[in-house]
Order: sequence, then structure tokens, then C-alpha cells
Amino acid sequence: MSETITLEVLRYRPETDSEPHFQRYTVPYRDDWVVLDALNHIKDNLDATLSYRWSCHMAVCGSCGMTINNEPKLSCHTFLRDYRGGVIRVEPLDHFPIERDLVIVMDSFMEKLSGVKPWLIPKQEKPLSDGEYLQSPAELNVFHQYTQCINCVLCYAACPQVGLNEDFVGPAALALAHRYNLDSRDGGKGARADVVASNEGIWECTFVGACSQVCPKQVDPAAAIQQTKISASVDWLKDLLTPGAHR
Amino acid sequence: MDVIEIDVAIVGAGGAGLRAAIAVAEADPTLTQALISKVYPMRSHTVAAEGGAAGVIKDNDSLDNHFHDTVSGGDWLCDQDAVELFVNTAPLELLQLEHWGCPWSREANGKVAVRPFGGMKIERTWYAADKTGFHILHTLFQTSLKYPSIKRFDEYYSTDLIVEDGRCTGVIGIEMRSGRMVAFRARAVVIATGGAGRIFPFTTNGAIKTGDGMAMAYRAGVPLKDMEFMQYHPTGLPGTGILITEGSRGEGGILVNKDGYRYLQDYNLGPPDPWPRKKAMELGPRDRLSQAFWHEQQKGRTIKTPHGDVVHLDIRQLGEKMINERLPMVRELAKAYVGVDPVHELIPVRPVVHYTMGGIHTDIDTATSLPGLFAAGECACVSINGANRLGSNSLAEIVVFGARAGRSAAAFAKAHPKPAAAAKAAEAAQANLRELFAREGGSDTVSSLRKAMNDTMESGAGIYRSEDTLRQTCGVLADLRARYRKIQLQDRSNVFNTDLIQTLELGCMLDVAEAMAHSALERKESRGSHQRLEYPKRDDASYLKHSLARYRDAGPPSISYLDVVITKSPPAERVYGGAAT
Repeated sequence: MSETITLEVLRYRPETDSEPHFQRYTVPYRDDWVVLDALNHIKDNLDATLSYRWSCHMAVCGSCGMTINNEPKLSCHTFLRDYRGGVIRVEPLDHFPIERDLVIVMDSFMEKLSGVKPWLIPKQEKPLSDGEYLQSPAELNVFHQYTQCINCVLCYAACPQVGLNEDFVGPAALALAHRYNLDSRDGGKGARADVVASNEGIWECTFVGACSQVCPKQVDPAAAIQQTKISASVDWLKDLLTPGAHR
Repeated sequence: MDVIEIDVAIVGAGGAGLRAAIAVAEADPTLTQALISKVYPMRSHTVAAEGGAAGVIKDNDSLDNHFHDTVSGGDWLCDQDAVELFVNTAPLELLQLEHWGCPWSREANGKVAVRPFGGMKIERTWYAADKTGFHILHTLFQTSLKYPSIKRFDEYYSTDLIVEDGRCTGVIGIEMRSGRMVAFRARAVVIATGGAGRIFPFTTNGAIKTGDGMAMAYRAGVPLKDMEFMQYHPTGLPGTGILITEGSRGEGGILVNKDGYRYLQDYNLGPPDPWPRKKAMELGPRDRLSQAFWHEQQKGRTIKTPHGDVVHLDIRQLGEKMINERLPMVRELAKAYVGVDPVHELIPVRPVVHYTMGGIHTDIDTATSLPGLFAAGECACVSINGANRLGSNSLAEIVVFGARAGRSAAAFAKAHPKPAAAAKAAEAAQANLRELFAREGGSDTVSSLRKAMNDTMESGAGIYRSEDTLRQTCGVLADLRARYRKIQLQDRSNVFNTDLIQTLELGCMLDVAEAMAHSALERKESRGSHQRLEYPKRDDASYLKHSLARYRDAGPPSISYLDVVITKSPPAERVYGGAAT
């Protein structure tokens, strides 16, 4: 008999289930399969009623975040071979309501993301006919890492503060605000400060660093938040000394 | 059914849909909008594009160069008025993305950097490392958030267009989190739902690329144009089909067969040196490179693997520093999914279904034959790609024609009255869905029919096609469509029912696949990506024409033809390699 592996998958269908429960499935074991391949095998061959999100299967669309053996992971980038001989427990991401099975409710994240004004607010407007804003490779490097976020929200599932305070703006959104604040073309730091430097913003972070540990794209939101704290403190001090001059 | 009244409805929120939405908002912020997508915008497949976006910006280049590369790359099946508009507008749209914050890679002097790409005479491909699509998509999505008139309907699956008195007046969709149906009554509708690569078994395309928008328009009577032209990208990872960007060859990577030989020199693409060289060898166009692989395979010069035959892509000569700087994702993907570090090892690759050149027939303003309906991006065929798209033209296409679709739809909405109630269309859509939910006794499953469709498309309508294989594929598709009508849902719940969505997607794919196979059967010549074994030559006398597939409820589509627009480049031989100009 060829080798198999067992998945224990959280099921929750709000129309019929009073609470979530686990369902076991046995799938073929393959060295080059990721957890998403195993879920697709279940969907196609064993149980068409299982629901989960996925699309690109190459760790860039950010759809398929799940809790896999208690860790937030992209299921398309988590290999069965790392769990060989054991049972793989698959659950929806923590800190979000469950919509159904492995599908979480994303509303709060989408609101937080748009709340930080994540778009370029130019220092100086200029028409397209004047060409590009010049930006040296060194200037690009300053913020480049923070452009890599795929909005997979693994960091929200990992962050203990998100669990304690659902209004916390959270790692990905704060890192994105920092990305624009650091962009040499941008002058919108002041406009973002109301949300970013609020009590629900950077000051809610206790620097556990779990967000950066689970980030599949090495964005390092924890560093972004600490840098923003320093910058906000300096701005606050400057504002105290010369009111209104620095925004 | 809930009714939402809106000025402009946009279906699809990838690069083209988001760009259209911003264009509507900028044309007139008082126009109300619904931006409807079956996924959150950041999940759209634009996200997976890697290598870059073409637009003339450097002094050593010209718009005319870009025009000629595109027209010859498309084997003269491009509409030249559309190509001219495209190459003229692309630099402005790419600059616009720069002004919105897109993190383009830069030269030392701070200007935007460009890289060489296949079939392009001069380097003109703007890039953001090897995640260009990702950055364009996120830049557009984040920028869209600043326009209050752009109201998003994330995770709404569109099922039908509303057509009344010969005008498109909206779209009907399912809110996935509740299962309830919603009618968006709109003065104008834009479709921007991407391609249909998932019709094939081995593809770079994400799960969502199921041709839904194409099928919606097709069923509403709008023809699908040039559907026989499907692009195989020459370098996908075996097993998963994950794309390894053409940018890796643009930066100097080479392709070798099992003997370590740069086989492309045997297919009118050489000589191999000097390298790198534009429009030659590994920087030839995708159709020629994928066809060369097929011939190498016939000759037994490819390498066998459990996931099919491969050749090797070698980028070791670039060195670790340049790979990390220019191709970081290629390295990460190769390491993760095939266990190969390209700094030290060869990457196994094989041709993989990548891009749908055909699509919803539109004019140069993105208008379809149905008043009030516009289309842009991969789902559309405005005919800039002809028989073979050049790499890096599609990321430019989505912003050029996405913006144009937004402006066209805004103008149409302002010039036309609010549509009357759509009660009849809503009732029909609801009845269809009820019938599907109530259906009993079917023995086929979505996955078994999908697999049968995938298999017949690969065996019959792949890189090389023949009368026999195409006829067989057409027959299998007809049978699958009949069986599809009896398919029974396994899941009858309302909340986030992916069995339902996959069933509806399969219906779309079967219709679009039939348009592809019949268009391919009728085109008795070889041109670009469409290669017929028994008709190896291009035949301009008979087929310098676009195919138009029209939907018929019972039976296969009808196929007719439309002249290609030729303005300044008379059809000539496509020349690559040493003799290329």
C-alpha cells in the first residue's frame, strides 16, 4: 500500500453546525505536495463540501493562510514532508471570526488597511509630462522590504495584541503605512499619524515580534512599528518645542 | 432579489478592473460604482506576473520599434490601429503607476530601469525586481482606496449579464458569504475578469482564472475573438506549473537540452553568440520557444522527470548578487518547489499554458458589440496581441485599456438613462440557480468533468494541433457540456459554498473551451501560437482574419471572420536570430 497522511481539518458550517468540530481525512503522501495540494485532493475526491480560499499556489496572492499544527502558515508553501509520520491539524487563522470551515471573515482587516491611507501622498505634485519622480536605488531600498506584504494576515493571527484588542490596527497595516512614510516621493506622514500614532496604532504593540517570525515574505512588521514609534516620538517632541512646524 | 442601483459596474478587480475603477472616479467622482470580484482585489492573478511591463521611455528606443516588435510578434494578426494606440499610451500609464508609488527598479541616476524581453528589439520592459505584477496590483488597489466613489463588492461571484432591449444594463451576482443573489442595475458594465488558463491541466494560471467574464459575454451574444490562440510560456516548473519569468533570460539565462546544448540555434533563432542578444535565441518569442521544446521532445533530447519532460534553464552565470537583486522570487520559487538553488544548479522547466490571447471582441475603445458593455485586459481581445503576445505587453495592456474602459464606460453612463427594472433577467437567473440546487441524480462530479476537459484540451488543442485531435476534442467537449447540464451539487448550503462556485466556473470553462477548440479546428493554417501539423504554413490569402466564435445554446459555436486592421506594416515573414532587425 502506498504511503498516506492524515489531516484533521476544522469544519464549521454556520447553517447546520452549532459549533466547529474536526473531521479526519486520509490522503496520499507525496514528497512534493503542500498542504493545499492535500486539501485539493480532499475537495476533488473525498468531500466536495470542504471550503477554503486559494488561488496562485505560489505564495504571492495571500489567499490560503491557515493554522497548520498551531502555526499560521500559507498552505501552498507548507510541505507535507515536514509533517511525515504525524497528523496535520488544519484550522482557520486565529483572531478572526470563522465564516465557514477554513474561511475567515476579513472585514476588519480590510478596514484597518484602508484606514492608514496606504497610497502615495506626494511631497510635491507634478504632471506626468514632467516624467518620473527620481528615486535612487538606495532610496528605494529604504522602504522596499515593506512593499513585500501580500496581505495574507498571518501576522494578525500570530499577534497576541490583536487577540486582546480587536481594534489594534495591527502589523501589516502599520508596516504598509511605514512603507509610504519612508518613500522618498511621499509627504503624507502627518496625514497618516492620526491612525498610525493613535492608541490603537503603534503604541498598542508590545514588541513580541511574533508578526515578523511568521511573515512568509520577510516584511518584518515589528521593525516597521518600532521605527515608527521612534519617529513619532521625535515628531511629538519637535511639535512640543515648535508647535505645528513639523507636520 | 436585492437590487443595487449604480452608474458603472465593473466585474473583476485585478489590474484592468482597478485601473478602470480609478479612471471612472477621475472622469467623474459623482458617478457611483460597483467594483465586483469573486476574490479580494489583492488575490487577483495580476499578482503573479513577474518580469515587467513594456513601454518606450529611453532615448535609444522609439514608439515605432515597439509597434513593429508587437505586430511581428503577433504574426500580423494584431489590429495595427490598436497597437499604435497601445504603444503610444503605455509609457504614460506606466509613469502614472510611478506617480502612484509603484516601486519600479531604478538606475543609479534615479530613473526607472528597463530590461530586455523576448521578441523586443530594444530593452523597454519596466520592472519591479521579479514581482512586477504584484507591485502593480497592490499599487492600484491601494490607490483605489482613496476614491470614495469606488464601492467594492469583494467575494461576489457574477453569473449573468442583464440585457434589455439590446443594451447591457447590469450584472447579477451571488454574495458568497450569504449565498444571496444581487442584481446590480447599471448604466454601463465593464468586464475585466482575466483569462481562462484553467481550461488546461498544466498552467501558470491561478485557480480563479476560469474565464467567467468571457463566458458571461459570450452567452449574452457577444463574440469571442481569436480564441484558438493560447500562449504556452516556455519556462514553467514541472509539477506545479509555477512561472519562471522571461526576465531570467532577459538578464542572461540560457536554455539547454539533455546534452547541455543550446538547442534554440536549431530553430532559426541562432547563432548562439554573442549573448545576450535581442530577438535571438532565448530572447526569441514565446511561441517559437515552446514549439522548439516540442521538437526537442520529439527528437528525444529532453530530460524525463516524473512530472513530464523538461529542459534546463541555466542562470548560474548571473551570479548570486544579481540573482538576489533582480530575480529573488525565481530563486525562492525554485528552491521551495523543485528543490533547486539556481545560483548553483540548473532549473528544470517545460512549456506551460500561460495566456489567453483571444477574448471578448472589443473595438479600440474597449466597447463590445453589445451597447453598454465594455471589456479590458486578458478577458478581452482588442487585438494588440494577435497570434502571439510578447512578454511584458500584457501588464502594459491592463493599464492602458483598463483606463480606457473606465473612461468609455463613464461616458456611456452619462449619456444613457438609468435602466428600467430588470425583473425578467433577475427571475431567470434565480430560476437557473434554483434548478441547479434542486437537481438530483447526476453521477458526474465537478472534478471528474474538469479533468476530462483538461485532458482533452491538452491532447487535442496543445502546442501542435491536427484535424483529428481537434475533432476528437470538439466531440469530447460536446459530450461534457451535455453531462454538465445534469451535474448535481454535493453541497447545497448557502454560506461560502465553493462546490457551487466551482460548478459555475466549470460551466464557464466548458463554454469557452468549446469556442477555443472550434476556432482552432476552423483555422487551417499555422500562425503564431496556433500550429496545425497538416497546415504548417501561414496562409494570409485565407486567414489574415480574426475568428469570431458566437455562442449557440444547442450545439457548437458558429465561427465567422473579420478583417485585420493593417495601417503601416504589411504582412511579412517573422524573422528572429541573426537575421532579425
